[in-house]
Amino acid sequence: MTYPNEFRYTKDHEWIKVEGAAGTIGITHYAQDSLGDVVFVELPAAGAELAAGKSFGTVESVKAVSDLYAPVSGTVLEVNGELAAAPEKINQDAHHTWLVKVQLKDPAELNRLLSAADYEKFLQEEGQ
Amino acid sequence: MQNSPASSSPRRTPLYAVHRQMGARMAAYNGWEMPIEYPGSGGLIAEHLAVRTGVGIFDVSHMGDIRIQGPQALAAVQHITINDASRLAVNQCQYSAMLYPAGTFVDDLILHKLAEDDYLIAINAGTREKDWAWVSENVRGFACRAEDVGGSFTQIAIQGPKAIHTLQKLTDADLSQVKSYWFTHGTVCGLKNIMIARTGYTAEDGFEIYLPPEETAGARVWRELREASREFGGVYCGLGARNTLRLEGKLPLYGHEISAEITVWEAGLHRVCKLEKPEFIGKAALEQLQAQGVKRTLAGLEMVEPGIARDGYKVVDQAGQAIGYVTSGSYAPFLKKNIALAYVPVAAAVLDNIVSVEIRGRMVRAKIVPTPFYKRGRT
Repeated sequence: MTYPNEFRYTKDHEWIKVEGAAGTIGITHYAQDSLGDVVFVELPAAGAELAAGKSFGTVESVKAVSDLYAPVSGTVLEVNGELAAAPEKINQDAHHTWLVKVQLKDPAELNRLLSAADYEKFLQEEGQ
Repeated sequence: MQNSPASSSPRRTPLYAVHRQMGARMAAYNGWEMPIEYPGSGGLIAEHLAVRTGVGIFDVSHMGDIRIQGPQALAAVQHITINDASRLAVNQCQYSAMLYPAGTFVDDLILHKLAEDDYLIAINAGTREKDWAWVSENVRGFACRAEDVGGSFTQIAIQGPKAIHTLQKLTDADLSQVKSYWFTHGTVCGLKNIMIARTGYTAEDGFEIYLPPEETAGARVWRELREASREFGGVYCGLGARNTLRLEGKLPLYGHEISAEITVWEAGLHRVCKLEKPEFIGKAALEQLQAQGVKRTLAGLEMVEPGIARDGYKVVDQAGQAIGYVTSGSYAPFLKKNIALAYVPVAAAVLDNIVSVEIRGRMVRAKIVPTPFYKRGRT
């Protein structure tokens, strides 16, 4: 699996793609693979405030519930409503299935995130 | 297979190396390192569906087994279990349970009558040491010998409507003559005198076979079963699918629906509890509890709002009062609903009654539904 260069990554396995002052957030291929079949996603409503590193929702596989951690702080602009009926899209294509779009509060926060190369290195170091 | 309870490293079944080789996702379960799902099979949901529509193959060697033999074996079994073992014929099995004197569960089990005065008790993995200690202590007064034979088998479950056609290809035993909850012995993949029981934990037809514990023998049968099942869409399955399959069928899991804090009446296992037996451990307490009236019961929930009730979540009534808790909850892959089992007051366990489950601080509505959630059609 290749991790897109235009994304930034967290060690909690979220990705963010930034265009201007807006960021699109999803979970990585590695995350969906370790979760197994995703059957439910709980996301904040548009307008909600995210804080970098804090939980902003959950993704549930058949077996377990996992928190989603915000890669950056910001205001939710849009939520992917498709996932309510079709959460399996995350398994099918994690890097093209977004969860929320946010208005970035502080673009400098992006500097703390991992590049694709760093993220892949992180996965290797973790024995993943 | 190791039997030392002191060992802190996880135990492994004789098929451990095969699971690793085949890319199974392994995880700790009750002290055992077991396959949770097989990505090669398409994952948990695909495994679950294969068992409902075709066949699935499970390593269940982590299960324990206790053998009781001797002139008073039947009396000993009658003393420690709640069902009536005297009704069993040789080659017949019976679902039953062992209780503490308080009428709560030591474990549930399947009793096999191997011969007159010779019984095999199949028990849960997580309770092996406790069960063995309990049995050996409580059969002491009888002329019989109890033996922990949990390490004597590689146990494989073949489950699903096509299980019979899969296994029949590999054995000389006529499986059509083995009724549900009976067993026979036959040659399987060239291995002689293998016990083949028409039992399982998936709410589907199927068999459990008891192979010798040698790794090579078990691994060979494991592979041959997969080959034989291929034309029926057969797949290897992990404990993840085993859990969702048993939940759809409302089959209890120790530590969840049954435990040392839960009585037979609460768990709704009346049909296997034979109070007409002269005596068994827990009987007096059960009679007393029955006279007092049962306060809570195991009910089936179906979520009517989005959300999955998980083990331990609170059940809350319409007035916001906590009235019970979820014992097992999951997305149900065959029913395609979010379901749960929960202990609630008898008065609340009325069909279509609306309650809420507290899911991480949010109240999510659910209704009481009939159980089992899934019941297989008669073939």
